Amino acid sequence: MNTKAYALYKKDLYSELRTRYAINALVMFIIVAISVILFSIGNEKISQNLTSGLFWVVIFFSAMSGLARAFVSEEERGTSLTLHLIAAPSTIFSGKLLFNLILVFCMNIIIAILYAALFDSFVINNFALFVVSFILGNIGIAASSTIIAAIISKAGAKGTLYPVLSFPILLPLILTVVQLTLLSNQGANFGDAKFELAIVFCYDVIMLTGSYLLFDFVWKD
Amino acid sequence: MSNFSIKAVDLSKYFGRRLIFKNLNFEFENCGIMGISGANGSGKSTLVKIIAGIISPSSGKIIHSNGESEIIYEKLHNYIGFVSPYLVLYEEFSAWENLEYFAEIRDVKFNREKIEYLLNKLLLFDRKGDMVKTYSSGMKQRLKFIFALMHSPMFVILDEPTSNLDSAGKDAVFQIIEEESKSSIVIIASNEESDLKLCSKEIKLEDFKNSK
Repeated sequence: MNTKAYALYKKDLYSELRTRYAINALVMFIIVAISVILFSIGNEKISQNLTSGLFWVVIFFSAMSGLARAFVSEEERGTSLTLHLIAAPSTIFSGKLLFNLILVFCMNIIIAILYAALFDSFVINNFALFVVSFILGNIGIAASSTIIAAIISKAGAKGTLYPVLSFPILLPLILTVVQLTLLSNQGANFGDAKFELAIVFCYDVIMLTGSYLLFDFVWKD
Repeated sequence: MSNFSIKAVDLSKYFGRRLIFKNLNFEFENCGIMGISGANGSGKSTLVKIIAGIISPSSGKIIHSNGESEIIYEKLHNYIGFVSPYLVLYEEFSAWENLEYFAEIRDVKFNREKIEYLLNKLLLFDRKGDMVKTYSSGMKQRLKFIFALMHSPMFVILDEPTSNLDSAGKDAVFQIIEEESKSSIVIIASNEESDLKLCSKEIKLEDFKNSK
């Protein structure tokens, strides 16, 4: 099953490199969003609290603009039927999840580097805590975005439905990772952040398990 | 000859309140060519999609068996070959790349010999390295036959198999259908007399429209 999912991921990767279906939209969104924030701040000094929030706001909206395409592009191009005929639903979900995971990690690493370079108040004092919360947050975003993308790909008004569905599902995750980022900025240790880490960890486990179980029903009309 | 069988038990399909067909029962075994006929909008494509496990019936069920054992939905794609005008292959890849990816994702051996034979037979060998987006609709239709047959499926579903094909393409397709029917079940859904002539059994969907 893993080889098949990897093969599907590889197909998606090469397809993406040829069509630039998601990458172009993501890169443009990241550049525009960070520029707008920089221009609106001007010479003002913003608090660490606000920087952590804005960091995850950019990540949230970048995910909105890029991750839905895993399934939406298949549906729009009419290749969903082809996928049905070559792979089991579990393989399709695993392959798409792997693609979204790698995409979200690459995208968010770029956002983190740009943030660290451009925002004076984005200083990480506990790097290990930041990395752990960053990894857990990205897994949560990829898992929930993948299943939401699968759901909305079958709907008519895809563009509107994606943020509408994502917002309530991602809100608990975003609020918790904003808090974790703030704690890592302030140099808090793992003991201080164990409650938030437990929430994000549980969120990831629930989303991964729930999505995997739900996908069969979403995929088959 | 395969031990494969497809059995429909009291199959009905509604879209909302609209009845497509009701109480459909049939059984196809081993090999041969079966036809599904009906006017436009009679539900031929709906029925073949249900047989292929792509959509669910409103009631009843389809049982796919290999010998004595029932094939589960998760494994069904390994046994099916499917051709239809609404099937779309990846246009950003060449025909060869498409077939390589399909073999990899299915986790089956890339049978170069069989694929080259089919490419030659369907007059696509010289264009195998070209992007699918540069193909004409007839060439895309012929490529779908290679997609459907490359993994030696036990049953092949052909929805409007000759649509978009010229006479050379039709001849090649008819030959392939005859060859395949010796070892697997071939289901043809069509309105074309020439397609249905190949069938030894036929289901007329008009007979299953009675809502009583």
